[in-house]
Amino acid sequence: MNITEKILARASGKSKVAPGDIIFANVDKAMIHDVSGPGVIKVFEKLQKQGIPTEKLWDSSKVWVAEDHFVPSAEKISAENIVKLSKFTKQYGIQKHFKYGMGQYGICHTLSHEEAMVLPGEVYVGGDSHTNTTGALGAFACGLGHTDVAYVLLNGKIWFKVPETLYFKLNGKLPEHMMAKDLILKIIGDIGTEGAAYEAMQFGGSGISEMTVESRLTLCNMTTEAGAKNGIIEPDQKVFDYLGQRGATGYTPVHGDDDAQYAKVYEYEASELEPTIAKPFSPENIAVVRDIAGVELDKSYIGSCTGAKYEDLEAAAKILKGRQVRIRTEILPAAISIYKRAMENGLIKIFLDAGVTVGPPTCGACCGAHMGVLAKDEICISTTNRNFPGRMGHVESQTYLASPLVAAASAVTGKITDPRDL
Amino acid sequence: MEKLNTVSSIVTPLDRPNVDTDQIVPKQFLKLVQRTGFGEFLFYDWRFDQNGNQRKEFVLNDPKYSGSHILISGDNFGCGSSREHAAWAIKDYGFDVVIAPSFADIFYNNCFKNGILPISLAKDIVSELMKTVSVVKVDLSSQTIQYDSKSISFEIDQSRKKTLLEGLDDIAITLMHEVKISSFEKTRKI
Repeated sequence: MNITEKILARASGKSKVAPGDIIFANVDKAMIHDVSGPGVIKVFEKLQKQGIPTEKLWDSSKVWVAEDHFVPSAEKISAENIVKLSKFTKQYGIQKHFKYGMGQYGICHTLSHEEAMVLPGEVYVGGDSHTNTTGALGAFACGLGHTDVAYVLLNGKIWFKVPETLYFKLNGKLPEHMMAKDLILKIIGDIGTEGAAYEAMQFGGSGISEMTVESRLTLCNMTTEAGAKNGIIEPDQKVFDYLGQRGATGYTPVHGDDDAQYAKVYEYEASELEPTIAKPFSPENIAVVRDIAGVELDKSYIGSCTGAKYEDLEAAAKILKGRQVRIRTEILPAAISIYKRAMENGLIKIFLDAGVTVGPPTCGACCGAHMGVLAKDEICISTTNRNFPGRMGHVESQTYLASPLVAAASAVTGKITDPRDL
Repeated sequence: MEKLNTVSSIVTPLDRPNVDTDQIVPKQFLKLVQRTGFGEFLFYDWRFDQNGNQRKEFVLNDPKYSGSHILISGDNFGCGSSREHAAWAIKDYGFDVVIAPSFADIFYNNCFKNGILPISLAKDIVSELMKTVSVVKVDLSSQTIQYDSKSISFEIDQSRKKTLLEGLDDIAITLMHEVKISSFEKTRKI
C-alpha cells in the first residue's frame, strides 16, 4: 500500500485497503473557520429541529477553529459571524480557537503547520477546500462541505472512497530562481484542473527531499486546483524537526510500502523547469514567465495560505531589498508567528522601505473578501491559488498566479518579470 | 429534505467548462448562513451588472428558461472552494438536477446533502442535451433520462439514490443507526 492507503487502512481498522474501497475512517482532527463554522452551526440548528441531539461533540479537544476569511471583521455581518463562532467554541468547550487580536492567529492552513495542529499519519478534515495543504506533513488531509463537517464534529468519523494515487517525481533540486509554486503550476497545466479528480497527488523524488517543509506545503496546497482528493508527501527528518520545533511529540508516522502501487507516475527534471505563471482565468492556463514578460500590471499581491509563509516572504524580500515597487503591492503574512519572525529578521522594514503596504494575516483579497480587492479591468499578479473570473474582486478584473519571486520582481518593474531579468 | 424522484422540465444550458463555486455564489454572499434565499445570489456576477441590472445575454435571464429545474453545463462543474452555499443557491433557485460530463468532488457530495441530483454523462450526450428545446424527463428510480423520443440511462451510487428518493440526509440516516453502530464498534476487533 502507498501512504494514503496505509493511513486510511489504519484509520478504518483494516489491515488492507485498495483504491475504490469505501471505508469509514476515524478522524483525528477537524477544523472550521469563519465561513464554514457558521455554516456548520446552521446545520446543527437544522438537526436540532429534527430532534437529533447536538449537545456534545465527539471530542472537542480534536476540533480547532480559525478566523481568517473576513477578519479583521470586514463589516457588520462578518463581525456577527465571529461572535457566533466564539459562542460556539465556548458552548462546546473547544480550547483551540485562534482569535484575531489575541496573539497567534492566521489562515487556517498556515496554522495547521505553524502550530503543529496536524501530525504525520493522521486523518484531518476541514471545512475548506485547501485543507489538502497539510498532507505535506504526511497526513491524509482533505476538505469537506458544511454538512459533512457537522457530521464529523458529532461522530468523529466519515466515509471515504480510497483514491487512486498519482505520483509526481521531481529529479534534482530546483534552481535558485524557482520555487515550489512554479512546479505545481506546471503540473496543473500539464494534467488540467480536473486531472486528479478524486485522486491522491503524491510528490517524491530527490527534488522533494531537497525541498523545505514550507515548499512542500505549497505543492500540496494547490493539489486542490487539480481536483485532487488529497495531496501527500512521505514525512522525513525535515518534517519531524519542523514539528519538533513546534512542540509536537508522540505521533506515529506512516510510510508507504516498498511495493506501493500508483495509478500513474509523472517525472520532472528540475533543471528543465522554468518560472511559470497561470494566466487568467484558470490555474491550468499556464505560460513560461519569460514568454509573456512585459504584460503591464496594476497590482502585486503577496498573501494567502499558498504564498505568504515565512520563506515566501523571504523570497520577496530578497528581490525587494533596496528596490522600489512601481505598482501597488501588498504583503500579508499568513499568520502572526510569521509576521513576528519577518519583523525580527528585518523583512518588514525591507517591505516598507520598498513602498509595500503590509497587512494583517487574512484570506483577504485572495478570495475577493476585503483588504485590497480588484476594480474593473485591474490586472494583478498574485501568489494565491485561484484566478477564476472575479475571484479577487470585480468579475472583469484579471489575476495572474505566480511564485513570490516572480510577484516581487514584477512589483519592481510593474510588468510581468522573470526574477533573473531584473 | 424533500423527496426527489422525477423531474420534467426544459433544460437550462450553461455551456462552459470549469464553472467554479466562486461564480455559483460570489464571495460577498458567503457571510450569510441562512440555507434558503440563496437563489437570488446564484451566478450573481454573471446575472447582474454592477448596477444590479440583468445582463440580457446571460442564459438565466432569458425568459424562455424560467421555471427550468434542470441545469446542464460543461466539465468539472463545481470546482474551487468547498462552500456549500453553492449547492444551497442552485437548489433554492429551483434546480433539482445538474447534468455535466464531470463534477468536482466536494460539490458533488454537497449536492446529495441538499436534495440535488448531479448526473454525470458522456460529453457527446451532454452536448446533445444542451441543444434540446423540448421537455426533458429525469427519472431517478429507473435511472433514465427521456428527451426527443430517446431514452438513456445514467449511473448513480445506490445508497445515494435512496437518500434522494426518500428525502433523507446522511446525518439523519447514520444517527438512526447509532445503536447498531455502537454495538458493532464494541464487538469489533481491530
